Amino acid sequence: MTTMTKRTVLSTLLLAGFGLLGSAAQAADEPLRIGLIATYSGPYADYGRQFDAGIALYLKEHGGKVGGRTVEIIKKDTAGPAPDAAKRIAQELIVRDKVNVLTGLDFSPNAYAVGAIATQAKIPTIVMNAASSAITTSSPYVARLSFTVQQVTDPMARYMLKEGIKDAYTVVADYASGVDAETAFKKTFTAGGGKVSGEVRTPMNNPDFSAYVQRIKDAKPQAVFFFFPSGVMPPAFLKVWKERGMEQAGIKLYATGEATDDSYLDATGDVALGLVTSHHYSFAHPSPKNQKFVKDFAADNGAKLRPSYFAVTAYDAMAAIDLTLQKTKGDASGDKFMDALRGLRFESPRGPIEVDPLTRDIVQTVYIRKTERVNGQLVNVEFDKFDRVKDPAKESSN
Amino acid sequence: MGIVIFDGVAYGMLLFLIGVGLSITMGLMNFVNLAHGSFAMVGGYAASVLMNRWGLGFGLSLAAAFVAAALVGAVLEFVFYRRLYRAHPLDQVLLSIGVVFVSMAAFTYFFGPTMQPFTLPPALDGQVALLGLDVGRYRLFLIVCGVAVLAALLLGLGKTRYGAMVRAAVDNQRVAGGTGIHVQRLFFLTFSLGCGLAGLGGALSLGMLGLEPSFPLKYLVYFLMVVCVGGAGTVTGPFIAALLVGIVDVAGKYYLPEAGAFLIYVFMIAMLLVRPNGIVAKKGIA
Repeated sequence: MTTMTKRTVLSTLLLAGFGLLGSAAQAADEPLRIGLIATYSGPYADYGRQFDAGIALYLKEHGGKVGGRTVEIIKKDTAGPAPDAAKRIAQELIVRDKVNVLTGLDFSPNAYAVGAIATQAKIPTIVMNAASSAITTSSPYVARLSFTVQQVTDPMARYMLKEGIKDAYTVVADYASGVDAETAFKKTFTAGGGKVSGEVRTPMNNPDFSAYVQRIKDAKPQAVFFFFPSGVMPPAFLKVWKERGMEQAGIKLYATGEATDDSYLDATGDVALGLVTSHHYSFAHPSPKNQKFVKDFAADNGAKLRPSYFAVTAYDAMAAIDLTLQKTKGDASGDKFMDALRGLRFESPRGPIEVDPLTRDIVQTVYIRKTERVNGQLVNVEFDKFDRVKDPAKESSN
Repeated sequence: MGIVIFDGVAYGMLLFLIGVGLSITMGLMNFVNLAHGSFAMVGGYAASVLMNRWGLGFGLSLAAAFVAAALVGAVLEFVFYRRLYRAHPLDQVLLSIGVVFVSMAAFTYFFGPTMQPFTLPPALDGQVALLGLDVGRYRLFLIVCGVAVLAALLLGLGKTRYGAMVRAAVDNQRVAGGTGIHVQRLFFLTFSLGCGLAGLGGALSLGMLGLEPSFPLKYLVYFLMVVCVGGAGTVTGPFIAALLVGIVDVAGKYYLPEAGAFLIYVFMIAMLLVRPNGIVAKKGIA
């Protein structure tokens, strides 16, 4: 027994020694290991698929290298919102797989769980989707390239005020992001002189929206703002909205871009036509950069998989890692990397984006779009925009 | 008030249409078939694919959904289910939950993880005036279907020779077999019928519920609620239970939106306390 222990200790020491040697000798020729924590199975498997496609496209365009280093991606599946699994996976990725950067993180609870690990191990962590405002405050090593729910909600409230709407009703899904949207909307809308005359939170697993929509119809507000996570909820809501003849009743409908997520828009169908939404990315964004992005994306993935805001953020996250490593000359150590990342600015397929130097959160243009049928396809056509929108929840701290 | 009750009834009918097949497989045949939603999903995908990719009519797609789910049910019965009719309920639960996960993975593989597109035929779109209310056409159609299925099942199980044989075989398999009833073949047919009904319900749910591979787990609690509150093994029980659940759910959400979504669970507990064997308890298992 004692010999066993001795041998184990000895081998551990030896291994540790090699490890130290290895890290000392580590140079630009070492591959950059990126741990990708995302959802690849279950109802949200589309998220992981979009991430993969965005990352693959960026690497293909850049010869498989970022910052002069070859890239090795280690993918791990959380199968949906699972903070415990995300935390365990992050630990494994750092300790066993020796990753230099963590990324992915589609669900906010997962991102929060990884924040603490990132701090301990000083591993740069780039959030590709999780949209709860406080995530970047959970660790100095966490930055976000996607968006926050409040960031896209606030411009919608401003746009509605601009349209002369004074009286709105809010409908949100009853979970953290839904409450974020409700809070941000109420704050901006009432500050601009509007009145929120009614609000309702629906359960996440709600098969039939008839009761909620009927209640709104009877309350006769001037307009309704709603937020649901992308997937089955928005179409179910829109179906009932159309069936009840709400448009004929003169009630206007607004939402954030999750309601007309490019991944689900085809399946949502004509009930989405004419809906005005606010979001940071539309597949139909007219810039040349995006047109090229969409074309290359289709060449790699076929016309059936449309790049959604998940794919764009994955593409941008790779670009951010690339640009940051170019600044640090390939050094991915926590503090150097984060310093170089702060204030980074570049052109994304969604438009100009930058990483706020103070909050490490994204600053970007938020577009107001309308769902239209163009060349037989349902798309979000942008017609108005709000430039350089920061996350309003952190605006006071800036 | 009127429209709230109407919506509740229509929603209840949908629950009945999806759940009644489970009452047959679980109640009549004493098989704890938690994979019921998988058969509903088979029907839903069949109808959606036939309508959207092959341009088949809505009515024909519904019939095809029934057939597709019944066929899948028949195959699974032949391969797996028939081995476990007399097994412990826990074994049945394990098998059927396994079927749920396999079906979810299989549908993700073939159809992708995202939602299936579906558009109602124009005749079922929008609203129509009825007794001074603006009611949804599709919801009205669901009510008609629900009543039709109820009538067909009551007649089929209560008045026909087939129904009498099923009831006899369920009550006592050995004696039924002794009188010349081919019990295994009978169960095979009945199981397929229950699965077919699930498929029909799944196809009819397309206008209201979204269809994606997580369907069988997502709505499992609703099927179980309707069958357990109503009384497994009966047809009128789930019908009444579905109506009550539908009305309580819609009315709760309308009048008390803060608490509304939980009222059906309160209702379920109250009903099970008052009538543990269901609203209409099956004779013989008091």
